[in-house]
Amino acid sequence: MAATSFTAAKFLAPVAARSGGERAPPLPAGASSSSFARAMRRGGAHHPRLRTALAVSSDVLAGNKAQAAAANPAVTREEALELYEDMVLGRVFEDMCAQMYYRGKMFGFVHLYNGQEAVSTGFIKYLNQADCVVSTYRDHVHALSKGVPARSVMAELFGKATGCCRGQGGSMHMFSAPHNLLGGFAFIGEGIPVATGAAFAAKYRHEVLKQSGPDGLDVTVAFFGDGTCNNGQFFECLNMAQLWKLPIIFVVENNLWAIGMSHLRATSDPEIFKKGPAFGMPGVHVDGMDVLKVREVAKEAIDRARRGEGPTLVECETYRFRGHSLADPDELRKPGKDYFPVSFYFFASLVKFLVLTRLSGEMENGIKASLAKFVAMLKMASNIVLMKTDEKSHYAARDPITALKKYIIEENLATESELKSIEKKIEDVVEEAVEFADASPHPPRSQLLENVFADPKGFGIGPDGKYRCEDPKFTQGTAQV
Amino acid sequence: MLGAARRQLGSGPMLGQVLRRLRPAAVAEATRGYSAAAKEMTVRDALNSALDEEMSADPSVFLMGEEVGEYQGAYKISKGLLDKYGPDRVLDTPITEAGFTGIGVGAAYQGLRPIVEFMTFNFSMQAIDHIINSAAKSNYMSAGQISVPIVFRGPNGAAAGVGAQHSQCYAAWYAHVPGLKVLTPYSAEDARGLLKAAIRDPDPVIFLENELLYGESFPVSAEVLDSSFCLPIGKAKIEREGKDVTITAFSKMVGYALQAAEILSKEGISAEVINLRSIRPLDRAAINASVRKTNRLVTVEEGFPQHGVGAEICMSVVEESFEYLDAPVERIAGADVPMPYAANLERMAVPQVSSFSSILYFLLALAHIV
Repeated sequence: MAATSFTAAKFLAPVAARSGGERAPPLPAGASSSSFARAMRRGGAHHPRLRTALAVSSDVLAGNKAQAAAANPAVTREEALELYEDMVLGRVFEDMCAQMYYRGKMFGFVHLYNGQEAVSTGFIKYLNQADCVVSTYRDHVHALSKGVPARSVMAELFGKATGCCRGQGGSMHMFSAPHNLLGGFAFIGEGIPVATGAAFAAKYRHEVLKQSGPDGLDVTVAFFGDGTCNNGQFFECLNMAQLWKLPIIFVVENNLWAIGMSHLRATSDPEIFKKGPAFGMPGVHVDGMDVLKVREVAKEAIDRARRGEGPTLVECETYRFRGHSLADPDELRKPGKDYFPVSFYFFASLVKFLVLTRLSGEMENGIKASLAKFVAMLKMASNIVLMKTDEKSHYAARDPITALKKYIIEENLATESELKSIEKKIEDVVEEAVEFADASPHPPRSQLLENVFADPKGFGIGPDGKYRCEDPKFTQGTAQV
Repeated sequence: MLGAARRQLGSGPMLGQVLRRLRPAAVAEATRGYSAAAKEMTVRDALNSALDEEMSADPSVFLMGEEVGEYQGAYKISKGLLDKYGPDRVLDTPITEAGFTGIGVGAAYQGLRPIVEFMTFNFSMQAIDHIINSAAKSNYMSAGQISVPIVFRGPNGAAAGVGAQHSQCYAAWYAHVPGLKVLTPYSAEDARGLLKAAIRDPDPVIFLENELLYGESFPVSAEVLDSSFCLPIGKAKIEREGKDVTITAFSKMVGYALQAAEILSKEGISAEVINLRSIRPLDRAAINASVRKTNRLVTVEEGFPQHGVGAEICMSVVEESFEYLDAPVERIAGADVPMPYAANLERMAVPQVSSFSSILYFLLALAHIV
């Protein structure tokens, strides 16, 4: 439907003008010099991203080693294995959720995170215990990354009394006070102000109560989707977070779909990261299918926030492999919809090749070299063709877990068998979580009326049941107030 | 039939003329039963002093809302607080109810004690998602892990000539939700005591004030002025003892009920006036005890009648004290229309003292016939 009203020609011209002043510095040597190829390499080949400036920012990634790091980030073996394990946990857990749902053990609304693991792992694994995470209804993996045990999450999903919220919250309302996981919200956009409030509390504790940790301010990370970025509360909080310089990172998990509403059909300007600078904060776009790139951006943003320099808006381009929820038939993300004719890209790549080879004089380097280059371009074009005809398989080819595995093996950080043993360990953990949840009891009947209030009698009635104002000693300040 | 009678008697000429000539304040003072009342305090000063004392006692208490700082409060309730506590603790917010209410809730999740001021509770509708979904329900959804010690306060109900969008009463709306405590102070003593209790309470509290009461003075005793003073939440106050009929009211209507009771006493009818103080939890015990004594009940509220506070009180009495009722419960509420602007229409849209007494008089007359 959108294809008829939306063409690249209409889009490219204004974008080129806008991106003029925001060009990201070029990739280090080894990368192709063509801007088209650069765009392809970053994988942001969805048609709005045919231009070059992907990372808009004021200071965050401004022409420094972070750019090189993004292309080739350095991680230690331990870090890499930690990231790998966390992502595998997220994936295996969510797959198990799907199984359990179809067996009737889980019910209601369940929203799975398959495909987006790099975002959760990339950000949350860099946080401390005292840092806060606020999420949406797609929150199982955020809970796992933040440290909530898999058995607690699984038991919560089964509605058992041993769940992290004793079965009272469910899939969409994961809370864990010890891990500073502040929910789990069903309403779109509801978590953003709550996260901003948690960041406000961190700053308040530091400045007014004079309590602060050794590292600096406690940071809050708010995760939400592309659809949320059209919600009023999002903009209200971008304003207030920047106004009061709160230690928060707004992470947009742009998976291009809000149930069945494509991001492009819902948003006048689909480049969400550019909405940050409109409020005075840096807006960064990152490939959300690459955990190492996400981690680099996360490091910058989190360190910035800890130092008190204020909020950052990070847009992660990612994708969910499954439907919106387990009840979603996922019919709108069929291949072939909304995409350009295949021939356009073929000709575009051919024309670019011819023009660029002519301009750069590469013809002189020999037919063999230029042929090799042409073949490389054809490959890229065919990637686009494939992507254009099937968004799902395009992103499946960029599976973050497979990509990290490949990286680990290529960089000799671990062997294949070590990774396999991690996978096996995680499978055992998830199996055990299911067994634990199965064996756990349902909540007792008395739990229905519990916890509506923290103090049902209210403050004015003391612990002995008497009114505090009738305690004869209260005016002397010795009453228990 | 009673309804028809109400419409006729509501504008009953003789009684109405008599009532309108009475001065509200004098009548109100005469009906109060405070002992050794040395000092008078306006509700505005009561709220201001309560905020001041609670903010000085606990550094995690802070105030946020529109115009609370430099403007000294839209209704001057937070006068002087910015100078005393600084902009870190008295925050002027942009016009973003949903945003700053959510920020307050998030701060409460993390252990601070915010007081969120709504310029009027009508504006809270823009933030109601946060009040209900992220504040009221959180302690339950998290199974007690995350409590939300937040107070939402502001003027509620009709003022004078402010039109439909500024005049609604939200007591019934918020009292409907489990997880919220809803308080409606009337006098300066109520304002001080209930606000202090609300701020120290670990749960979300909706504190419904009334703009027209801000300037009214009430006598306060020395205990009330003490900085540790607080009133129990969920307990009503018998403002005036009586034996013929119980009148329950909250907020501004308490003053009207007291006036009506005074007029009725001249007719030989002794009315018991209950100041509810707390809509959720409702003091069902006090209401039922009173009805068992007097056998007749009239509920008074300013808000819309359908699904209102009076409906809940009536049901509570029917459930617990049905055999004690000598006459059906009568409900006096605002007109079932959005508030009109014209002054004469506005007067007709909210309960007036004349309508009270007329109904009561008629009811009791009916009871005698039967």
